[in-house]
This record gives sequence, C-alpha cells and structure tokens, in this order.
Amino acid sequence: MANVLGYAEIRDGEAGKAAREVLGAAHGLAAALGGEAHAVVVGGPGVREGAASLSGFAAARIFVGQDASLQLQQPDVAAAAIARLVESGDYAAVLFPATAQGKDLGPRVAARLGRGLATEITSLEASGGTIVARRPMYAGKAIATLRFSDGPALMSIRANGFAPVELDTGGAVEDIEVNAADARVRVTGLEQGDRDQVDVGEANIVVSGGRGMQGPEHWHLLEALVAALGDEAALGASRAVVDAGWRPHGEQVGQTGKTVSPNLYFAVGVSGAIQHLAGMRTAKVIVAINRDADAPIFGVADYGLVGDVFEVLPPLAAAIREARGEG
Amino acid sequence: MNTIVCIKRVPDSATRVMIASDGTSLDPAGVKYIVNPYDEFALEEAIRRKEEAGAGTVTVIALGPAAAAESLRQALAMGADAGVLLRCEGSHDSLVVARALADEIRGREFDLVLFGKQAIDDDNMQVPQMVAEFLELPCATVVVGLEIDDGQATAKREVEGGHEVLEFALPAVVSTQKGLNEPRYPSLKGIMAAKKKPLEEKDVSLQASNIELVSLEEPPAPAAGRIVGEGVEAIPDLVRALREEAGVL
Ligand SMILES: Cc1cc2nc3c(=O)[nH]c(=O)nc-3n(C[C@H](O)[C@H](O)[C@H](O)COP(=O)(O)OP(=O)(O)OC[C@H]3O[C@@H](n4cnc5c(N)ncnc54)[C@H](O)[C@@H]3O)c2cc1C
Ligand SMILES: Nc1ncnc2c1ncn2[C@@H]1O[C@H](COP(=O)(O)O)[C@@H](O)[C@H]1O
Repeated sequence: MANVLGYAEIRDGEAGKAAREVLGAAHGLAAALGGEAHAVVVGGPGVREGAASLSGFAAARIFVGQDASLQLQQPDVAAAAIARLVESGDYAAVLFPATAQGKDLGPRVAARLGRGLATEITSLEASGGTIVARRPMYAGKAIATLRFSDGPALMSIRANGFAPVELDTGGAVEDIEVNAADARVRVTGLEQGDRDQVDVGEANIVVSGGRGMQGPEHWHLLEALVAALGDEAALGASRAVVDAGWRPHGEQVGQTGKTVSPNLYFAVGVSGAIQHLAGMRTAKVIVAINRDADAPIFGVADYGLVGDVFEVLPPLAAAIREARGEG
Repeated sequence: MNTIVCIKRVPDSATRVMIASDGTSLDPAGVKYIVNPYDEFALEEAIRRKEEAGAGTVTVIALGPAAAAESLRQALAMGADAGVLLRCEGSHDSLVVARALADEIRGREFDLVLFGKQAIDDDNMQVPQMVAEFLELPCATVVVGLEIDDGQATAKREVEGGHEVLEFALPAVVSTQKGLNEPRYPSLKGIMAAKKKPLEEKDVSLQASNIELVSLEEPPAPAAGRIVGEGVEAIPDLVRALREEAGVL
C-alpha cells in the first residue's frame, strides 16, 4: 500500500502547472514509501490527450475518466469517480491541488471516503510508513504538523510549494468509469476574463499594488513591471484598492482575498497590514517599494526600496527588462 | 424559504497568536473572537431572502465552545430567528465537524444551507462540501451570485480568472464569498430583540479523526530583510540582489 494518487487538473486541454506540481509531490512521497505516483483525470473530450503528457512528469499510471457529457468540470461526477478509484486501489495518499477546482473537489472525495483531508499542505514527508504533513494556520501565524493514521492520507497542496519532476515513466493512459448521473449540480457556463494573464493565486511572480498607487489610471506602471517580469507574472492588489473599485476582487491578496505563495512578490505602495500579510507571507522573496521607510511591509520584506512609486517604477521595469534580456 | 446558516467563532485576524503550553492549541488569553467574516455573507443572504419573501425562517448553527453562544446572539441580532449551539471543547478536524453539523441539519426542514466559503482560523474550505456529501445534496462553493426561482438555483462561483455558472435544484448547500452582498450591522433594536429569541444549547461528542495535530509552532521569523536604498539610485542594487543573491530574476 505505497502508491500515491494525484488529481491532475486539466485546464484548456492541458495538464498545466497545478497538475505537474501535484505529480511532483506525489512522486516524492511515493519514492519515500517505496511506491509509484499515479495520476487521475476526469473530464470531457480532450482530457485524455491532455493527461497523456503526464507520463513525462513521473506518472507511472494515468487513469482517465472521459465522458462527452462533461464539457465543463462536474464536481460530483469527478468526486464519485475518484472515490471509486481510491477504494479499488491500494493508495497510501491522494493529493489534490489547492486550486479553485481542487479545493472544491477534495472535500467531496474525502467525505465519500469517510476520511479527513488536510488542506494547503506546504511540506510532506514519510518516515517508517507514517505520513507527516505541514501547513500554515491562522493566516500563516502558526504552522501545524499533522500525522495521518491508517488508510489513504488525503491532502491538497499549495501552489509553488512542490516542484514538478521531469521523469519519463512510459506510463500509459487507462480508462476508468464515469457516471454522468452522479451529477447533483450542472456546471453550465464559464465566464472568463483576461485569459492571457496568469491567475494571481498560481503565478510564480506577483506584483501587487496598494493605495500608494493613488488611482486606477496609474496601473499601467504596474502592468509594465509585470510585462518586464515575463509571462509567469500576474497583478495583485490590496483590499484598499479593491474596495475603492480600482481593481477587481479576483486580484485581491490577503485574508479576504487570495493566498499566494510565489517565488517573488512585489508589494508596491502597500502598507503591509496584517490582513494583507496573511495572504502573501509565504512568498519566497518579498520586495517592498514604499515612500514611508517605517511602513510595516519593510518588516517582512527581503529587499526594500524607499521611494516614490511614480519615480521608481518606470526605471525599475526597464532595468528588469534589461537584466532578463541579458540572461 | 427556510434557511440554515452555519457560523464559526474564530479569532480576529488582527489578534496576536500565542501557542498554548500544550503545543497544539492557541492560548485564549487576550484573543478577541469574532464571527467568521465569510459567514456574515451567508447570514446576510439568508436574512435578506427572508425579508424579501416576507416568509420563512433563518436558523443559525454553531459548533464550538460555550462562548460560541455569543456568535449566535450576534446572528440573532442581525435578524436570524433561532440559534443552535452544538457544544464541545477543543478544535476538531473538518470531517468530524461536518458530520456533526450534518447530523443536526438532517432532521430539519430547509430549502438552503448556507456557509462561509472558509473559516479564517483553519483556512480549510471544506466543511460545506463535506456536509453536502453527507446530506447527499447539490453543493456550490465560493459563490458570489445566487438566483433562486421556483426551487431552481443558479449560482456564480469564483474560479481562477473568471466565474463558473452552476444550476441545481433546492434543497442545496451553498458557500458564500465576498461580493455576494454587504453584510449589515446589528441594530440596537435587533440586539434587544435577540435576547428573546430561542437559543438551544446541547453537548455533542465528536468522533475521532484519522488526522492528528502533532504540534503547532510559530513560523520561522522572516530572515532579516534589508533596505537596499532610496529612490532611483537604488534600482541597480535591487536588480542585482534579485538576480545574484535571490536568484529570482
Ligand atoms: C476583516 C478584514 C479583512 C481584510 N482583508 C484584507 C485583505 O484580504 N487584503 C488586504 O490587502 N487588506 C485586507 N484588509 C485591510 C487591511 O487592514 C488594510 O486596510 C489594507 O491592506 C490597506 O491597503 P493598502 O496597503 O493598499 O493601503 P494603505 O494602508 O493606505 O497603504 C498605502 C501605502 O502606500 C504608501 N504610499 C503612498 N503614496 C506612495 C507613493 N507615491 N509612493 C510610494 N508609496 C506610497 C504609503 O506610505 C502606505 O504605506 C482587511 C481588513 C479587515 C478588517
Ligand atoms: N465549528 C463550526 N460551526 C459551524 N460552522 C462551521 C464550523 N466550522 C466550519 N463551519 C462552516 O464551514 C465554513 C467553512 O469552514 P472551513 O471548512 O473550516 O474553512 C465556515 O465558513 C462555516 O460556515
């Protein structure tokens, strides 16, 4: 009983970053337990093709439940199919991504299996067959260590917490049964905003603007910085900015917004209120730009620049563009 | 329409968190407790629907320590009709909590069970979905728009970069997100009226969980950061540090 199953989220027909990170985490845990990483995918036409690429990311077996009626993600159908797979297999753990879809789905599977689920895991290990996981609690003000007893350990993992593993297993796609009649809700539509921008919750680099930006008409300065940082960067915002209607709520970082854990976080004209820190303190490298040298954000920043955003942003974007261009 | 709203009493986010000497819980001294902010959207939605229909009831349920009765009183002051406290000590795994809530809800008459999308202490985002599974009901999470017409609901739920539209029949479970409405403050009249509203308290014993909380620790103190410099002159140093020291560019 040492295999680990990862739920591979397929978006736009592709197994993207979230799926690869789940498989990376599953591979690490399976290796410590002496087993294999398996992937499971449930969805409509095209998911089988999207899932096939996962054999290049450590998935030794790839279970696909594809059904023409599942044009959009149908959580009940997926939950039922995954629960059946877990019950029929020998799994030490099942991992979900802590994405909108993974967070909706994981608890449904857990309840069907009658087992607890640990969410937003940031580190994971197995010693002597026992799985131990760590996660932030109280908005990052405490770190909990959790231990699972018997049976599959169910978890969701935080974005950017685990690295994908490029390992070709030659794993093949195997079909599993899905039953469209399991649906209690019907997902009938998907309204998408700007599809070119990565979501702030998943981006590798986040540039957040605060009230110090003085107005929505100045956001082009932050957009230029995002553009200079490449296509893995996304815009974020403080609540003050969202409440003022300058930016959409989907960009809000913090306790009542999104929790982000990017490799690089820029807080620009953000004071660093505790509720903002709640959403970004696990970022690996934090840069703060603020004209007030006493702003609390400097207390958590790895690198601080004291200055006026209007003076600093254009040359900073230019310097970063140049630095990345050289690299 | 009869609605059940589940609310949780949580530490205020501005509270300084101190870990108790047992190493697995919070030191309650000096902690200010509030109704979980997302649960206020759920409550507001329930009360508004009842007011608009001019009929129906709003029942609030909280599982927690005796002091969680305060949270229920606050909900009654906002406009809920009756409260139920499922009394138990300590903090518990979501599955165990969801099972107890589902057991309490199962025997009741309702059209809608509303939750906040997430509790800000454990940040789990899972009790609503679990309760829905236990009750075998349709479930929509992280909802920012909800329309109900003749027992049929259409919900808008927040996903990365957009919204999903869901359709389902009542009775159903919905978890609410900021954007759905603006929660009201309890009025003085509401606070007075709340004192006379029914608040039932009963002890519950919870099942064991397969997840054990081994320890709670303070996060490592952030490595002392540094101010690279002031103004435009500091930009080259900042970019160099990000490239060479941090390796993130
Ligand atoms: C229950 C609750 C939940 C909350 N949830 C969130 C949340 O999810 N996310 C969140 O962000 N907040 C949240 N808040 C709000 C939070 O407390 C702060 O009010 C908010 O984060 C402040 O936003 P800000 O930093 O943009 O604005 P301010 O605090 O006004 O800071 C603006 C900063 O910009 C600087 N500045 C001004 N002009 C310039 C300039 N020209 N150049 C450089 N710097 C300049 C100032 O020095 C200041 O530090 C929540 C609050 C509560 C009570
Ligand atoms: N102990 C509890 N009592 C009542 N409702 C709860 C409790 N715990 C969680 N909930 C509800 O479930 C939602 C999600 O909580 P969680 O899954 O813990 O993040 C909360 O917003 C509440 O509506």
